[in-house]
Amino acid sequence: MRWISCRLVAPLLLLPAVMLAQTAGPDLAARMKAVEDATKAAQSAGDNAWMLISSALVLMMTGPGLALFYGGLVRRKNVLGTMMHSFILMAVVTVLWAVIGYSLAFGGSGPFMGNAQFAFLNNVGSAPNSDYAGTIPQQTFMVYQLMFAIITPALISGAFAERMKFSAMLLFTVLWTLFVYFPMAHMVWGKGGLLNAALGGKIPCFDFAGGTVVHITSGVSALVCALYLGKRIGFPGPAIKPHNLVLSFIGACLLWVGWFGFNAGSALAASGLATSAFVATHFGAAAATLGWILAEWIDNGKPSVLGGISGCVAGLVAITPASGFVKPFPALLIGLCAGIVCYMMVTRIKAKFGYDDALDAFGVHGAGGTLGAILTGVFATNLVNDSFKDPAGKLLPLGAVDGNTGQILNQVIGSAIAWGLAIVGTLIILKICDMTLGLRVSKEQETEGLDLSMHGEEGYIFES
Amino acid sequence: MKKIEAIIQPFKLDEVKEALKAIGIDGMTISEVRGHGRQKGHKEVYRGQEYNVDLLPKVKLEMVVPAGRFDEVIKTLTAAARTGKIGDGKIFVYDVAEAIRIRNDDRGEAAL
Repeated sequence: MRWISCRLVAPLLLLPAVMLAQTAGPDLAARMKAVEDATKAAQSAGDNAWMLISSALVLMMTGPGLALFYGGLVRRKNVLGTMMHSFILMAVVTVLWAVIGYSLAFGGSGPFMGNAQFAFLNNVGSAPNSDYAGTIPQQTFMVYQLMFAIITPALISGAFAERMKFSAMLLFTVLWTLFVYFPMAHMVWGKGGLLNAALGGKIPCFDFAGGTVVHITSGVSALVCALYLGKRIGFPGPAIKPHNLVLSFIGACLLWVGWFGFNAGSALAASGLATSAFVATHFGAAAATLGWILAEWIDNGKPSVLGGISGCVAGLVAITPASGFVKPFPALLIGLCAGIVCYMMVTRIKAKFGYDDALDAFGVHGAGGTLGAILTGVFATNLVNDSFKDPAGKLLPLGAVDGNTGQILNQVIGSAIAWGLAIVGTLIILKICDMTLGLRVSKEQETEGLDLSMHGEEGYIFES
Repeated sequence: MKKIEAIIQPFKLDEVKEALKAIGIDGMTISEVRGHGRQKGHKEVYRGQEYNVDLLPKVKLEMVVPAGRFDEVIKTLTAAARTGKIGDGKIFVYDVAEAIRIRNDDRGEAAL
């Protein structure tokens, strides 16, 4: 038997060499194509691996990241209700996205809104969508963008924490995602969108990973919610303080790590641009942490842990639109400004106007997002991002540091549109929810806490 | 028989327990309580919002001792619990009418 198998294997080993010899001469083109296909497949494998990891990282920002961050900041009787605000959106927005959301954000090429082209994820498969990301399956792009749609409404929940009905919260976030988030995402990132700098927008606005789309819309809507719902019982007063900053600390650290997927993933490839965004993100967070803590130390005499973690989130927010456009030192500067400005927002401005933005969604995301969007117009440079060229192939100047000072105005217009859409959209949606379901829980329910009154359970049960 | 109710600093609990054990007193009931006397509370600041916390964590010890050992117990307890600063706590003493051991109906000092 052994003798027979040797005789069989020897010619088989020679087979590839024989095949090469036969194809070398006449079919060079076919061989070149084979090499090209193999190269493409290799690049696609690398990019796809990074984008799948990034998608998971961005989901991790909502649950457990944001859920822990917000959950620790509320009183113990509301910890589950607050975590649920984030968690339930991981389910609700996913269904919405599959049915129509992805299509409304990335279908068609209208200036304000997508179309029904990809409704029910029709034709969204493993073939790339070359309008957006030519090297990864469209399904990867779709699921990555979904994670952004999940976290954005979850951010707003920081403003209406501890007092909104669960049913009203569900209706509000569904309508808000449909009529504020999807149009805004299309305007900035969708093909032909009004503000899209890369794909034929009338007012090219740089927003690498969602400064306008995610943070301005959510932060400004948060302010509207806080004003519309009114203050919590007992605000401002001694009874309302964070119940577990250890949870918030873990949450903030998960946000910092997850944000690498959010920003570096927005390169939509495992490229040098992704690295650049990764570095800028990290530097922005670091500088903002120091900025907030320093301001607080000078102001209060003590550098707090809550200040440190709030600062890092403020920096991550502000660097988001700029991350794929700026060099490391401007990233440090943007972060430092964000740490100080957001500190002033949540201490001075909030106290002055007296609105109850319970967990400072506006002070951090609205203010940090707007600051970051405008500073992107100052520091964006084609030394970092070389995807904008004139017809002759020459790199276009991006921000003021490249000599394109007009970009700052574009950034202001983009931010103003996001503010406007957020204010008007949120007001109308709140009114609808108020008239149909009622927004606020009763006084008794609020005093009892959302965990018991909305969900029938408690976060901490010591006797069991 | 005397009942001793001592409110002490939480971090002094182990020292007090050891000192009492050393003189042969090892029956006591302990609870975590919050309160304040002359000691002022402290200020906490969360994102610029100030809170004055005036109820501070303390530990309450309760024990009943034979009248003959009372002075010795008080001396040991105060020595072990004292730091000399405001906030060290207080001791209240009551006369006890009766003590009963549930297991076997022992009464009086025999039940301690």
